[in-house]
Amino acid sequence: MSPSGPELIRHIKQQIREVDPGQVHEMLDDGVALVDVRETEEFATGHLPGAVHVPRGYLEQRIEGAVPDRSQRVVLYCASGNRSALAAHTLTEHLGYQDVASMTGGITLWKDRGYEVVQPRALTPEQRERYSRHLLIPEVGPEGQQKLLDSKVLLLGAGGLGSPAALYLAAAGVGSIGIVDNDEVDLSNLQRQIIHTTDRIGVPKVDSAEETMRAINPDVRVIKYPVRLSAENIMDILQSEPWDVVVDGLDNFPTRYLLNDATVRLGIPVVSASILGFDGQLAVFKPHEGPCYRCLYPVPPPAELAPSCGANGVLGVLPGTMGLLQATEVIKLVIGSGEPLVGRLLLYEALGATFTELKVRRDPECPVCSRDPSEITDEEMGVFPDYEAFCAAAG
Amino acid sequence: MATIKIPPVLRPSVGGEKEVSASGENVGAVLRELAKAHPATEAQLFSSDGELNRYVNVYLNDEDVRVLEGLGTAVSEGDTLVILPAMAGGGEGPPASTG
Repeated sequence: MSPSGPELIRHIKQQIREVDPGQVHEMLDDGVALVDVRETEEFATGHLPGAVHVPRGYLEQRIEGAVPDRSQRVVLYCASGNRSALAAHTLTEHLGYQDVASMTGGITLWKDRGYEVVQPRALTPEQRERYSRHLLIPEVGPEGQQKLLDSKVLLLGAGGLGSPAALYLAAAGVGSIGIVDNDEVDLSNLQRQIIHTTDRIGVPKVDSAEETMRAINPDVRVIKYPVRLSAENIMDILQSEPWDVVVDGLDNFPTRYLLNDATVRLGIPVVSASILGFDGQLAVFKPHEGPCYRCLYPVPPPAELAPSCGANGVLGVLPGTMGLLQATEVIKLVIGSGEPLVGRLLLYEALGATFTELKVRRDPECPVCSRDPSEITDEEMGVFPDYEAFCAAAG
Repeated sequence: MATIKIPPVLRPSVGGEKEVSASGENVGAVLRELAKAHPATEAQLFSSDGELNRYVNVYLNDEDVRVLEGLGTAVSEGDTLVILPAMAGGGEGPPASTG
């Protein structure tokens, strides 16, 4: 005769390991993976510190995203300890997890003992709908989406690279997006700068970009800097908000070196791309974890080999491709997933449809990133070599 | 024979090609042969003392030759050299700002 539900649970509990909330509390800082198997609405009312949410109904589909290592120590909990017991049985018997336990009494007993409960900031129903395709992938999920909503990303330029990056970062729910650009929309921009429109010719690009981004996603706060980035204002702009990432779509070497020096000093990662004709380059410069721009390019090429010093042709879709690769790297940095393009340079050649990846090493003698930024004095901060003459030499 | 990938700024100097082939036992010899076949590339690759210009990166397959043995790095049949000067275009359109 088939057992009743309570009988089955009792039977399963004899086959799995259970741990007391007191033991779990002691394990919190010990590298244990805490998994909350309750329903979404229950999780939203509060959970254990550091817990990841994998509803029991999605356990088999999502546990590998949350706990990829089957030898990792896992503690499951629910409201009272029954659903987590069943889930622990599944992980152990059917999915090959080696060190799984269920917390006795669930979060109810945990709270009764007076232990801390974290109140998650819940997404609104509209946000749950808007970002539903993010919420479904474990690498983003509600926590990653919250990180995106809390993040602050600074775009240098609302041009070819900045346009697609801004559109997708706004759509992804990056909470604050700064844009530095002092240009106005020009007819010749519209072949590739897709954030702008024909009826906005003559409008400042920061205003045009803001209008498009807010039409896509009203969650986004747009911070406008209608100025030309320079040695005089770069430190102020980089310190005006706690930027998580800077997206470099600059069109000239002097400002790229200036940006590098300032971001290395402030420890802000830069997702950098450049384009010419049918060719693009992409790299992430994460200060002190990987090489900086000066490690890759210690000195700029002479003006005759630096075609950025003037208007050049570019296939309209190329900045789209490269700008979206930038946006992808930004999202990875913000949510902390994947392997960012640190220490690597990606070359894309559109005509041949080829990608080439090169290794970039930190230069132990780099004049900027080999130094301890804390040793850089206030007097040095914001003082940069004279880059101005560089493009002037190109005529 | 090694394959040399030519960056956009050097393509006019090699008749518009994206890739050319050259032989040589090491990186220096391959680049010298390139410069011999396409003399316009010589001043762009080499400084007056015969060293690689500081602003030109050269990669043997995916590794910077500076962390290998520089121009003396051995080149095998079928290797790829990538010549890479810095690029700064952002797709803005008008002439670049100067900071």
